[in-house]
Amino acid sequence: MSPGAWHRFADSRVLWSFRHDKVAIVSFAVMCVYILLSFSAPLIAPYNPYDPTTIDIMDSEIPPAWLENGDTRFALGTDAQGRDMLSTILYGTRISLTIGICAVLLQAFLGITIGLISGYFGGRLDNFLMRVADIQLSFSTLMVAIIVLAVFQALFGTELYERLAILMLILVIGIAEWPQYARTVRASVLAEKKKEYVDAVRVIGLNPVRIMFRHILPNTLSPILVISTVQIANAIVSEAALSFLGLGMPVTKPSLGSLINSGFEFIFSGSWWITIIPGIVLVILVLVMNLLGDWLRDVLNPKLYKE
Amino acid sequence: MLAFLIRRLVQAALVMFVISIIAFSIQDNLGDPLRELLGQSVSEKQRQILRDKMGLNDPFLIQYGRFLKKAIHGDLGTSYFFKRPAVDVILDKLPATLELVFGASLIIIVFSVPIGVFAAIYPKHWFSKFSMGASIVGISIPVFLTAILSIYVFSVEFGWLPSFGRGETVDFFGWRTGFLTRDGLVHLILPCIALSSIMLPLFIRLIRSEMMEVLESEYVKFAWAKGLQPRRIWFLHALKNTLLPVITVGGVQIGTLIAFTILTETVFQWPGMGFLFLEAVNRVDTPLIIAYLIVVGLIFVITNTIVDLIYGLVNPTVRLTRPQE
Repeated sequence: MSPGAWHRFADSRVLWSFRHDKVAIVSFAVMCVYILLSFSAPLIAPYNPYDPTTIDIMDSEIPPAWLENGDTRFALGTDAQGRDMLSTILYGTRISLTIGICAVLLQAFLGITIGLISGYFGGRLDNFLMRVADIQLSFSTLMVAIIVLAVFQALFGTELYERLAILMLILVIGIAEWPQYARTVRASVLAEKKKEYVDAVRVIGLNPVRIMFRHILPNTLSPILVISTVQIANAIVSEAALSFLGLGMPVTKPSLGSLINSGFEFIFSGSWWITIIPGIVLVILVLVMNLLGDWLRDVLNPKLYKE
Repeated sequence: MLAFLIRRLVQAALVMFVISIIAFSIQDNLGDPLRELLGQSVSEKQRQILRDKMGLNDPFLIQYGRFLKKAIHGDLGTSYFFKRPAVDVILDKLPATLELVFGASLIIIVFSVPIGVFAAIYPKHWFSKFSMGASIVGISIPVFLTAILSIYVFSVEFGWLPSFGRGETVDFFGWRTGFLTRDGLVHLILPCIALSSIMLPLFIRLIRSEMMEVLESEYVKFAWAKGLQPRRIWFLHALKNTLLPVITVGGVQIGTLIAFTILTETVFQWPGMGFLFLEAVNRVDTPLIIAYLIVVGLIFVITNTIVDLIYGLVNPTVRLTRPQE
């Protein structure tokens, strides 16, 4: 970033409002901690949950260290297979975040492209694409994802499926949610298209692709930014729900959702920490992203779209 | 209105067509019907003859036509596991799911409208602030986690409420209902709360923001200027127009609600369609998977069309112009 851009950012309303909003600061800090801790998991985690040789089945279902019978080796206790909960959660958060971010990148790519085309060219193409978006949206991501993944699992068998799980989750969640971006971008494009600078570049004779991506797109970034945080939160929740149903990440390479699932049956025998701790980790992550999304929406206030 | 109706019905038929194509291609690719019918001892030649006779070598479209014809007559094959027509198996489970959805919808409607309206009218009141804060936390807790937490607190720790199943049901004109027995009602409490746990905050926030916008509008200001009673302005003038977007969002949420029933039913072992579907997936019970897709797809398309038609009736502008922005 050039110093000019940095100064503009430092003086901007966004930063001012950020500094005066305690909720936003805390949420942002928590999110940074999450990203930092989870992506450095291989460095800081006390154990490697993917390495079966370090796991001892005799260590299974040990409660967190502060409880009776707790073991200081395992700060947050162990799960039913004897894996250290802290390490497994760190690695699991990394998987959840990776899937969430990649799925949203895919959504954004598809949605922005379709939204730009739809808004810029208009007419029948626009009508058709927005109809498809309406139908796609009414189906709800989770419903589509459950059915698609269930059918895939039945088709390919569990073993192959488990190897492809990350990719499948990213693809399904990424493809199912493109209308969110497409609609937002299209609405902004319709507003931008009427402005004179677009007429100007058209008179210069630039080709439509360049006009769309270099000139119109930068002006539609603030609504895109607003929905992105909430979309990542949604993607993480969808991934967790799918993994919980056994349609997502396998227990050997668990995300937060599959961890919650693997501990569910032990809740009745009193081993609550296997489910509740990853559950709380998930809720806090989603909560801070939703809070940040709310704050961004209030600050940038794009009136162009509504839920 | 007629043109709107026709356009909506065509769209519904199209969606149903796509669902049926998907369902059919699943049937086509998943499992070999001959393997289910015959043992190992039948020779390859005999198999081929039988394949021809059963029409399994026919072109895709002819096979699809046959599938469609049977589907329209309510025949979607026989479940491998239950050894009964798949549609019957699904329909047996329908009441359980519908009661769950009904209970959750009741909770959503009874709580979201008053709380949303209150929060819009008195945005500075402590209760409004509290419910807004609570609602963002509510939205952030996934449905299955709410379900698990409620089981942990109310069933495992306190032992107040049952954690799985429907409990005692009674026959009510051929409909097995849990609403008429004490045991059935007690079993409904936790699943219904869990199912409504994300939708309720969503609707509270939606109703609040829409209502606040309406309260700022010119005609409401004019109503104040006329000196109308506050009650009349809030509930007659403002609330009516608030409900329009709520209907649209309600329509969009139907699909989500179906997905949530699968999650809720799995956690509570609720003997409904969603739980059945997941079991069918684990057993690779193709006819049952297909029957679920078609039945749920049909319910989904019908409710969505009805919601859209209601919206068209309430909001005349939809009918006149094509939905643009």
